[in-house]
Amino acid sequence: MKSLILRTASHYLLPLLLLFSMFILFRGHYLPGGGFLGGLVAAIALVLHYFAYGMNNARRLLVYHPGTLLPFGLSLSFLAGIIPLFAGYPFMTGLWYPDPAPVIGMLGTALLFDLGVYFVVIGVTLLIIFTLAETSENPWN
Amino acid sequence: MLLAVLFGFIVAILLLPLGKISKGKPSVLLSLLPLSLFVYFLSYIPAVQEKAQIFQYRWIPSLDIHFSFHLDGLALLFCLLITGIGTLVFFYSSEYLKRQNHLDRFWGYLSFFMASMLGLVLSDNIITLFVFWELTSISSFFLIGYQNGNPKARTAAMTALSITGLGGLFLLVGLLLIGSVGQSYSIIELTQQSDLLKTDAAYIYIIILIFIGAFTKSAQFPFHFWLPEAMQAPTPVSTYLHSATMVKAGIYLLARFTPMLGDTMEWTYTLTIVGGITMVYAGIQSLLRTDLKSILAYTTIAALGIIVFLLGIGHEDAWVAAVVFILAHALYKATLFLMTGAIDYSTGTRDTTKIRGLAPYMWPIAVAGILAALSHGGIPPTFGFVGKDLIYEATLHADHFSKWLTAAAIFTNVCLVFAGLMVGLTPFIGKKPESLTVLKRPGVRLWLPTILLGLSCLILGLFPNWVDHSIIQGAVQSILGTNAQAEVHLHLWHGFNTVLALSGLTLAIGIGLYSFYRPTHSVENSLKLWEKISPHSAYHSCLSLGHWIATKYTALLQNGYLRYYLLSILLFLIGLFGFEFFSSVNLDFDTSDFSSISFYEATIALIMLGSILTVVHANSRLVAVVALGVVGYSLSLFFMDFGAPDLAMTQFAIDTLTVVLFVLVLYRLPKYLQYSNTSARIRDGVISLCFGGLITLLALAIIQEPINTETSQFYVDNAYLLAKGKNIVNVILVDYRGVDTLGEITVITIAAIGVYGLLHLTIRNKKKELPKQQ
Repeated sequence: MKSLILRTASHYLLPLLLLFSMFILFRGHYLPGGGFLGGLVAAIALVLHYFAYGMNNARRLLVYHPGTLLPFGLSLSFLAGIIPLFAGYPFMTGLWYPDPAPVIGMLGTALLFDLGVYFVVIGVTLLIIFTLAETSENPWN
Repeated sequence: MLLAVLFGFIVAILLLPLGKISKGKPSVLLSLLPLSLFVYFLSYIPAVQEKAQIFQYRWIPSLDIHFSFHLDGLALLFCLLITGIGTLVFFYSSEYLKRQNHLDRFWGYLSFFMASMLGLVLSDNIITLFVFWELTSISSFFLIGYQNGNPKARTAAMTALSITGLGGLFLLVGLLLIGSVGQSYSIIELTQQSDLLKTDAAYIYIIILIFIGAFTKSAQFPFHFWLPEAMQAPTPVSTYLHSATMVKAGIYLLARFTPMLGDTMEWTYTLTIVGGITMVYAGIQSLLRTDLKSILAYTTIAALGIIVFLLGIGHEDAWVAAVVFILAHALYKATLFLMTGAIDYSTGTRDTTKIRGLAPYMWPIAVAGILAALSHGGIPPTFGFVGKDLIYEATLHADHFSKWLTAAAIFTNVCLVFAGLMVGLTPFIGKKPESLTVLKRPGVRLWLPTILLGLSCLILGLFPNWVDHSIIQGAVQSILGTNAQAEVHLHLWHGFNTVLALSGLTLAIGIGLYSFYRPTHSVENSLKLWEKISPHSAYHSCLSLGHWIATKYTALLQNGYLRYYLLSILLFLIGLFGFEFFSSVNLDFDTSDFSSISFYEATIALIMLGSILTVVHANSRLVAVVALGVVGYSLSLFFMDFGAPDLAMTQFAIDTLTVVLFVLVLYRLPKYLQYSNTSARIRDGVISLCFGGLITLLALAIIQEPINTETSQFYVDNAYLLAKGKNIVNVILVDYRGVDTLGEITVITIAAIGVYGLLHLTIRNKKKELPKQQ
């Protein structure tokens, strides 16, 4: 099912969707969105790319094995939890940088935490879908 | 002090990366760990004689759990035994286990055990005491099963863990009961509330639970059978855990709790009776065994019985006897174990019917063995003699039944005399048979610790005043509590009196028995007939019953068909919900203030109904999957309509991915669908409708309840002020309930790894199968 329409569309959609996922991630603190949703959107974008171009291309695009995103994301979230410990606050206290950064908005440990969630969600979704895809004989591989 | 206790754990963890070193020659340096601790604790002797030392370290203040260490006489005695014998055992093991596999693990477990044991005897907080108690059980499990290639060792490890672990659970409940009655977790504070505890209605349950914990750990009848089985462990481990230290943890607990809970009829009678039965029973068993370690195991049980018995008699004489006997037993039994290990190491056998005349090949071991045998039998001038005299002194001065108690003590001691000579003397005298070959002679690291321990039995016998004030008196004081002042003077020679006459009688019978009788294999084999009615076989029956039930139950519920899993979960929920609903919920709902159904809602509901009908009547899986997707999307439209955009977006994304997953899985399913028959469909339909109906009722019932908005109002008020966010849902996820989210992402990570592992396992299996098919 290597349709030209799907390929062309996904070619343009992929960067847009990835940017959109980050947009959702960053606006999460103020408007509907957040790391979980952002991660799902990013994962869907990559799955779409896999449907259009096949597994090898999708893996090459991702560079790293999706499994490596799991410890990376978990450590980011955990780091966000322990940073306040060094400042003398209890575990998971939200700390914020006083001035907003351009585009992203306020910077703080909660954002770092959400970033971790974002990566874990991408990692989990892609790990499961890619593994399932590889073990089944389907026309997209 | 905290460092001293945790030192062993730190070393155990360091051995993970540095394990290679511990496999070679430098492993002997590891004995510096217990040695330094031994010296450290020795330095406390003068201070502890003055008053008990207390060290407080906060751990979980909100639960009143602290690392509070209480170094008094009793704790000091045990600390010195743990580190002193530990030093020799570490030193000994470095040669005994040379060139074994997984040595790094062995050293890790051993250091881990030592640290847990130190923590156990030093803890003043009963919760940390319990934690250390369990850690000793766990390290004992690993050490018994150290030779993990041997199925017997594995079974023995399991038996020991299940018995001591089970006892540990009882102990935990007992300790929590004590804590709730006494309103404290500190042993010192609880001891001051002794009267309150003893008069409480829960007292009887408390002591039953504590007893089960202590008796399982200290191998009292009928829980004794794990100890002889645990002799599968390497001999240094048996020396250390299963004779000198760990099995005395139960004794320690009883002694420690005596001032708090003791001195009641229930306490003294139970301990005397259980200890008495154990010592007599194990004494008889030790007469019939032929394996050196087996004899030692049963005499250890007998000795533990004696100590429990003495603690039960319950006056100062008996407690002095118990403390002296703890020390004497640890010294001579450790010697005999190390000696057995050396014999096993050089000849490869432990069979007493074969081993003779080894003295010329290993004279230091022989000297140590004979000294320990003398101490074991209570023959002057050894420390064992001092101990045995005190036992008779205690039984003669008992308040009730003193004749019977003395008779039981004499009987057990006769058995001990015999067993001591059998183990410590027989292997070295006579002429070495042709069949016995000495493969290698024990090196210095084997004989040095053995002879040191052997000599200590003699030296302490000659100079008992070296330890009476410094160590024994403090330990007795701990058992006495603060009401009385302990005064201990030990002498080798008491003059001519009843006690001496009884000692002489014991020796005469024991030596007489030794000169006429030898255990043989046929006697030992005939014992197997009795095992059918022993507690051991009861344990095995329980175990196989458990396996049988688990197998049946698993076959019934976990039958491997996803549809049945779903069915049983739903049926269970329907039963539970349904019962609760119709018994206690008012089903007369007030629908007057419901808003009317809008055009959009009706449309979405119709779409959902239509797609559900499509799913049910679909002719192919693909159609069903897509139609299910439509149901999901409609649901997210509902969320949208009711003002939950976060939820709607997430539901939308999740449904997309679910359809993708389904489609990928479709290719793994069989090509041709075998549709379920009509009756199965009707059954499924009825169950689904029931479940859906119940959920609807549940939703209606929830709406009827007045909603408590306090919590949500807090979030609304504080989301921006405290967490600098306007999206409350997200603020809850990443800030207020951030730890929950951290837990959740960990869980989904584990789930993903599980899926990956399962699927890759099938890939690998397929690759293996492929060449065969070609």
